[in-house]
Amino acid sequence: MINALAEALQFTFMRHALLAGLLVSVACGIIGTYVVVKRIVFISGGIAHAAYGGIGLGYYVKYMVVPVLFAGSAAARDPRPGYWPLLGAILFSLLAAALMGHIQRRTRQRADTIIGVLWAIGMAIGIVLVDLTRGYKVDLMSYLFGSILAVERLELLVIAGLDVLVVALVTLFYKELLAVSFDETFATVQNVPVGGIYALLLGMIALTVVMLMRVVGLILVIAMLTIPPAISGRLVRGIVPMMALSALLGVAFTTLGLWLSYAWNLTSGASIILVAGTGYLLSLLATRRGAGPSAGPRLGATLNRR
Amino acid sequence: MTAIAEPVAIRNDRTEVIHVEDLWAGYGPEPVLEAVNLHVYALDFIGIIGPNGGGKTTLLKVLLGLLAPTRGTVTVMGEPVASGRRHIGYVPQVVEFDHDFPISVWDVARMGRLGKRPPLRRYTSADDDAVADALRRVDMLDLRRRAIGELSGGQRQRVYIARALAGRPEILLLDEPTSSVDPRVSTSIYELLRELNERVTIMLVSHDMGAVSSYVKSVGCLNRHLFYHGQDHLTPEMVELAYQCPIDLVAHGVPHRVFAEHAIEAIQRYRDEEQRRS
Repeated sequence: MINALAEALQFTFMRHALLAGLLVSVACGIIGTYVVVKRIVFISGGIAHAAYGGIGLGYYVKYMVVPVLFAGSAAARDPRPGYWPLLGAILFSLLAAALMGHIQRRTRQRADTIIGVLWAIGMAIGIVLVDLTRGYKVDLMSYLFGSILAVERLELLVIAGLDVLVVALVTLFYKELLAVSFDETFATVQNVPVGGIYALLLGMIALTVVMLMRVVGLILVIAMLTIPPAISGRLVRGIVPMMALSALLGVAFTTLGLWLSYAWNLTSGASIILVAGTGYLLSLLATRRGAGPSAGPRLGATLNRR
Repeated sequence: MTAIAEPVAIRNDRTEVIHVEDLWAGYGPEPVLEAVNLHVYALDFIGIIGPNGGGKTTLLKVLLGLLAPTRGTVTVMGEPVASGRRHIGYVPQVVEFDHDFPISVWDVARMGRLGKRPPLRRYTSADDDAVADALRRVDMLDLRRRAIGELSGGQRQRVYIARALAGRPEILLLDEPTSSVDPRVSTSIYELLRELNERVTIMLVSHDMGAVSSYVKSVGCLNRHLFYHGQDHLTPEMVELAYQCPIDLVAHGVPHRVFAEHAIEAIQRYRDEEQRRS
């Protein structure tokens, strides 16, 4: 395995892929921990899928709008999609986060239904916009299932930048994020700007989702966001240790998944998720008898804590 | 203990800490609270009882600025609730929490200091002192490193009380403080509240008439209308007005101080009448 990995590392695309996996795992471990402890998996899924609308928008603008507005310019002649789809995805995911967050906080009934509808509308917009982009065959699959092997330098820089942003924001607003995650009502009474902090959290989820889309693809984003924290939540206690372990697990899963995909010529995103899923099942088996901190309390409180 | 340094002085001039006048509130066309008037004075220990759905939690929400009243005025320490609520330590119902949440006792209690440290300000050693004091006060300092999910119901309730105390409030508001604990633990929590009441004004809402009425200084009944005049016992009229139907709580051991015999008679009368009608 070591030899195969060393051999694989001779390729630039493989080095880029490993680096992308590493960088994404950091944001994923941190943000995924909030998603899991605050139980907002569904809304995160909504944001991820609605972001697809932005991909479509990116292609449409690049191939239909730019050539008209800036005819003859270098940008118009460049056949590659460049940063347009990424930009569109960032825009759409942030928009979806703002909208869904607003709905979840303001609407009393059926917020999940509305989020589900937005989830679908976002994707549909993306598909239709790609249809409307004539003369260019967009590789939809690469966004649905990820294309970690095609990550370019520019994207690595964007992902690294987003990582820095996420780490900085979480450090700055740690106590507010914790309070809002644990008990929104009490945070409100303490005059914490709960709406703003919640929007910040959803915004960071949106950015993380965009990064992840490249690595494991839209469809598997949620797995990558939730599996590492779900495992670490069984093994360690406390938010910060959970984030750290989740990031490490993320690195392990992407590296191992990548190696499997390289060795057997499998889809990289799916390989990564299967490795992660296997890890989760193993953690369930390992901590089943109340050994883990989150499985322990209920037993511990009555049996041996008195 | 800066904010609550002079309990005796406060007791003497009986400052009004909560003032509610002609309050109407609700979530739709039908009001949950109607024409409620309430005056809470420093170092009061008030228990508000009433049936489920009678508006107890709604009243707390209004006092905490979580729900805007449709009509009427509410002030806390003479200020509108949005700013006045910084004087309030709030203890929500324990059942509302996710006990799998990976957080330690210390970190939960420290949230009581959030009001003193706006975003971008770090907790200081003064905060640590206040949190330690609060946890010591409820006898939970030794367990500060425990995860909240590892505690028993009574211990958890103490932590939430410590969280409220950590902000060094003038007023404690508690929502069903003993709803999820057994009677022995319930007693210990009321004993604790009685001690705390030497320095802090306390108001709690509960449907558990028996437990409440043996510890509080004054009682009220809430069922859309509030029946409270600062008296230390429930009158039959109040109970009749608040509980418009007979309730099972009356059956099991109600203290005599509150339930004077005629109150029980009143309820008996009410039951008879109900049976006659049906």
